[in-house]
Amino acid sequence: MEKITLTKEMVLQTLQNNFGNIFSNIEEPYGILTATVTKDKIIDILAFLNKHEILQFQMLTDLCAVHFPERDKKFQIVYHVHSLSNNFRLRLKVDLDGDPPKIPTATIVYATANWMERETYDFYGVIFEGHPNLKRILNIDDMVIFPMRKEYPLEDNTRTDKDDRMFGREPNPLFKPLI
Amino acid sequence: MSTTASNITIEKAPAGIEGAGFFATGFDKVIGMARKNSIWPLPFATSCCGIEFMATMASTYDLGRFGSERLSFSPRQADLLMVMGTIAKKMGPVLKQVYEQMAEPRWVIAVGACASSGGIFDSYSVLQGIDQIIPVDVYVPGCPPRPEQIIDGLLRVQDLVANESLRRRNSPEYKALLASYGIK
Amino acid sequence: MSNPTHKHIKLEGELEKETNTINIGPTHPATHGVFQNIMEMDGERILSADTTVGYIHRAFEKIAEHRPYYQITPLTDRLNYCSAPINNMGWHTTVEKLAGIKLPKRVEYLRVIIMELARIADHLVCNSVLGVDTGAFTGFLYVFQEREKIYEIWEDICGSRLTTNIGRVGGFEREWPNSSFEKLDKFLAGFPKVFKEFENLFNRNRIFIERTAGVGSISADRALNYGFTGPNLRATGVDYDIRAMYPYSSYEEFDFKVPVGKRGDTYDRFLVRNEEVWQSISIIKQALEKIAKEPAGVFHADVPEYYLPPKEEVYHNMEALIYHFKIVMGEVPIPKGEVYHSVEGGNGELGFYLISDGGRCPYRLHFRRPCFIYYQAFEEMVKGELLSDAIVTLSSMNIIAGELDG
Repeated sequence: MEKITLTKEMVLQTLQNNFGNIFSNIEEPYGILTATVTKDKIIDILAFLNKHEILQFQMLTDLCAVHFPERDKKFQIVYHVHSLSNNFRLRLKVDLDGDPPKIPTATIVYATANWMERETYDFYGVIFEGHPNLKRILNIDDMVIFPMRKEYPLEDNTRTDKDDRMFGREPNPLFKPLI
Repeated sequence: MSTTASNITIEKAPAGIEGAGFFATGFDKVIGMARKNSIWPLPFATSCCGIEFMATMASTYDLGRFGSERLSFSPRQADLLMVMGTIAKKMGPVLKQVYEQMAEPRWVIAVGACASSGGIFDSYSVLQGIDQIIPVDVYVPGCPPRPEQIIDGLLRVQDLVANESLRRRNSPEYKALLASYGIK
Repeated sequence: MSNPTHKHIKLEGELEKETNTINIGPTHPATHGVFQNIMEMDGERILSADTTVGYIHRAFEKIAEHRPYYQITPLTDRLNYCSAPINNMGWHTTVEKLAGIKLPKRVEYLRVIIMELARIADHLVCNSVLGVDTGAFTGFLYVFQEREKIYEIWEDICGSRLTTNIGRVGGFEREWPNSSFEKLDKFLAGFPKVFKEFENLFNRNRIFIERTAGVGSISADRALNYGFTGPNLRATGVDYDIRAMYPYSSYEEFDFKVPVGKRGDTYDRFLVRNEEVWQSISIIKQALEKIAKEPAGVFHADVPEYYLPPKEEVYHNMEALIYHFKIVMGEVPIPKGEVYHSVEGGNGELGFYLISDGGRCPYRLHFRRPCFIYYQAFEEMVKGELLSDAIVTLSSMNIIAGELDG
């Protein structure tokens, strides 16, 4: 089969032919075709892209989540897939609401999604339904909060040795200044 | 042949009585000298400072010159716990367990900014200094410290080792220090 | 299971079905970094390996949401700390892509030199430590001497040996001193001979080949499904190199080969890394020739809103003063948007997914860390192997704890 160069229109057309008009917010920031889909179709789309003989999106480059506290759908899961044989990258986004937000797992398509989804669960609390081993991976196991969410602070609140006056913050009642 | 070898000085002998064929000094001085020149370190290398430690052990900077040639990864056989790198809160209990398994006499050197005080990682998951869980003897600042600084830290530990009383472990101050960390 | 020398004795019952659970790590001399493996063993064979990571989780992504763009460079240093300059350049190229900054050619060639030196340094550590794990300590000592020379070159340019924070958004912080070019020439003259000696110690060494050939292999399909990139993927036969497929920083003008292996085992990974070191040496030589043709003294792009003006101008010139104030306060005009950019790190595709809301800190910064992604496959690679093979496999995958946990 001769090599054809994939263009963004071709990829979009193939996807729309097979899944209908469920792709919204189609844009191309900095050269990567991006589309937003719904959570019930995302795994079928990923499986389709992986198995297609021409498109051949063999690698899931990245899976991460973003927290938008001021939107209705507060969480957004971003999938970056990559077709090595065609030099083509594609970004798919899914908006989720609810607490905790739920989405089917991508481990049935790509084995690499295993730890990526565990990391996303650890940081944001997103439940991936059907994941073989959804537990915390980087933080301590008995942590109850999901630290990357915007409402949680960066620093450890239990420190008593920091002089908050130097940071422009309200003084911590536990801190006893030396001067 | 180079004639500028005069930077190398001979170590001063401890105070004692010298005679023909003998040298008499106190036990603690001899034992201190023997101890300080044969410290066996336990390299607890977690991150970037560990790579600088590897450079210190390699031939250019050679930590083995100071008697620390034999690294011991088993805490039971080690004298000096060299904590090099960031200690996260998940790693804290592991570090404490390793420290508790070390036999007396033992010393701890915190290499790098992360081990001394948390370094640039002022976040929820990093222990802000290992002296929150174990007592530390020498702190070596730097991010990462140069090998010369690590060697300097080891030399300061050697000063402590040479001058330490042989039964430090029974002294009330030491016991109070360990009790404040909850270490038996 | 019968004992071969005493064929009349038969062992049966619980004795042959018992498995052991052993714990390797998190502090262990053979694991280069802090990660834990709880292995179920049947004698010396591994039945399963349960990995635990996160013992050095430093919350880079959370810290990055609270720091201005130029303060994130020291954070990226600490990802893959054996080749810190590549991470720095990756971050700078990401921000430059977002802000639309174009660099002069000389700056890009200088960046290529720095990145290839970092790649050499990373592969030297990985391969020499693989030698140490199989019991050959000499290669480690030879190679660390050469790493010291690379450290001296970096120290001349930026002041630091290991965690370099080299470069700024828009170029380099100062012109490279002449001593750094002299040291680079001396390094290029002396290093190939030492590396040839290192290769002679290992490449055809009977013991090394028996320890590493056929050990810890993975097929190309499984590797792609697991998201492998870098030398680990190239050892299985897939020639995926970001420098060739999505060239950044003028890599398209350089002539280099991408080495691939055949079986994806430990020996192939070792050989692929060795060959990449030779290719890096050739790229550095080409870059030096190209720099000689460019106008001298250019070390940054002309972007005063992102790049600090020289200090003398700040004292005399009003615009320079304003730009200096704004940049230091973090008020750089980074446009809103999202960008994904990746560079070929020592371990593969190091990706930066940056979402900016136009403010002084990123809204979201996600690092696509290759070590984290391919370490998942470790259990599959060592199932059924001996324990000592598992240690050698772990070492050849070049797991850097900083990049694993991030």
